[in-house]
Amino acid sequence: MSQQGFERSEEHPDIITVNMGPSHPATHGVLRIVLKLDGETVVKAVPHIGYLHRGMEKIAENRTYLQFLPYTDRMDYLAPLAANVGFCLAVEELLGIEVPPRCQAIRVLCCELARIGAHLVWLGTHALDMGAATVFFHTFRDREWHYDLVEDLTGARLTTSYTRVGGVTHDADRKWLDDLRRFVDEFPRRVDEYESLLTKNAIWIKRTQGVGVIRSEDALSHGMTGPSLRAAGIEYDLRKTRPYSGYQNYDFEIPTGTEGDVYDRYLVRIEEMRQSARIMDQALRAMPEGPVNIDDPKIFLPEKKKVLTSMEELIHQFMIVTEGFECPSGEVYHSTEAPKGELGFYIISTGGRAPYRLRIRSPSFNNISTLPILVEGGLIADVIASIASLDPVLGEVDR
Amino acid sequence: MADGEKTIAALRERFPDAVISSSSFRGQHWAEVKAERIAEIGRWLKDDPAAAYDVLLDVSAVHWPDDPQPMEVVYHFFSLARNDRLRLKVRIGDRGPVPTLARIWASANWNERETYDMFGIVFLGHPDPRRILMPDDYTDHPLRKELPLYRG
Repeated sequence: MSQQGFERSEEHPDIITVNMGPSHPATHGVLRIVLKLDGETVVKAVPHIGYLHRGMEKIAENRTYLQFLPYTDRMDYLAPLAANVGFCLAVEELLGIEVPPRCQAIRVLCCELARIGAHLVWLGTHALDMGAATVFFHTFRDREWHYDLVEDLTGARLTTSYTRVGGVTHDADRKWLDDLRRFVDEFPRRVDEYESLLTKNAIWIKRTQGVGVIRSEDALSHGMTGPSLRAAGIEYDLRKTRPYSGYQNYDFEIPTGTEGDVYDRYLVRIEEMRQSARIMDQALRAMPEGPVNIDDPKIFLPEKKKVLTSMEELIHQFMIVTEGFECPSGEVYHSTEAPKGELGFYIISTGGRAPYRLRIRSPSFNNISTLPILVEGGLIADVIASIASLDPVLGEVDR
Repeated sequence: MADGEKTIAALRERFPDAVISSSSFRGQHWAEVKAERIAEIGRWLKDDPAAAYDVLLDVSAVHWPDDPQPMEVVYHFFSLARNDRLRLKVRIGDRGPVPTLARIWASANWNERETYDMFGIVFLGHPDPRRILMPDDYTDHPLRKELPLYRG
């Protein structure tokens, strides 16, 4: 049977098959779903992925660790900074090194800034899908503010590649930290503003409560992670269970839901944005002084000033750029709490300057696999609510 | 934290003939088990309260073309209650087969499809053995080592 478009089956003339995507505004990227409908009720939903598959795991085997870093920008392209940090932490685990405290604090700021940016896109587009266009303008106004900060820090809005194995490209300067301080102080009020448009809005509640429900057992069995899992009542957040980059030093809460429906996923992400601001506030207050990278010329690029004046540093720079650095033989799995959930990198090294195999465990891949559970038995109009509430990024699903 | 260490000891006790070897690196422990026993071991890992691995985080594979058993399937398990991770590996011939874990953890469905798609490994009893990322009419398995990055 063709799954290309609209058709009726012979045995069940009342059941029609409708193709949704891969190019559809409500699929948030190139996700395709084949829906079997009985009237307006979804009888079966089959997601099809792979339209953004770029073979990143294959590419990684043919690149040095440093050369692979820019590819991590292009996985979850709404939160490249979080993937940068996740990848570097995995390589650092393989090397057995730890970055200085100031670098850790800056990375925490990056991760939380990325989380806010990602959640702002999710909220704006989710509300827009439901017909609440106003929210979109509010969140995208503030997302520009967030992007200004990202750009000031890294030089790019999307292709940040800001972290390096053993540090970050350059220190965050005083002015940027002051700008971020203004954002952190103001942002919780903005979240209140978004909430005033939706949380008690009768239409929003009708469209989201009891819609796209997943039980916690199903969520766990599908390997669901991140805010979507927490909305189903499971308090699992790697920032708490396996703290990295000094997350254990910050005081914050992990919001959870009880129903596992679209509304709970909404509430959890809204609260996460406040908690992100709270973490950034503490990180800014306790920002340590000192270097932002390890002092190991075999791994971390030397300072540019020294490269231009000293022979030894010039050689180190040349070696790292042209050949990369040497990693020990071994294998590690390291994961971080990305905005979408558990982003894991499983690196198998046989020694040398490129991974023998790099496996990327992306949260959106597992999260989107639960879609049939969310939508089957519901109405077709609720399919878009369910997709938006899972917050998939297809760049990360397909890799 | 020594991830998986205790469970591997328990596995050796419970399935003495199925555990082939074990090793560790940077505090992460893994064991190689017999491929044909993986579903049985998986069931135990999920159901036994002392193991309680309620999440199968990931299934992937590694291709070692020079080895007599060139394919290695790697499973990452996670126990929420014990905050413990476990890595199990099985070694198989070029195309497998390996028993599926999709009846124990739903996540194995898509992850095994991807492993089939990328390596050509067959998962016995898989409920939906189709490609997932590559087009249906594609004939290769891109993560196999003999496939070059560019075909010019």
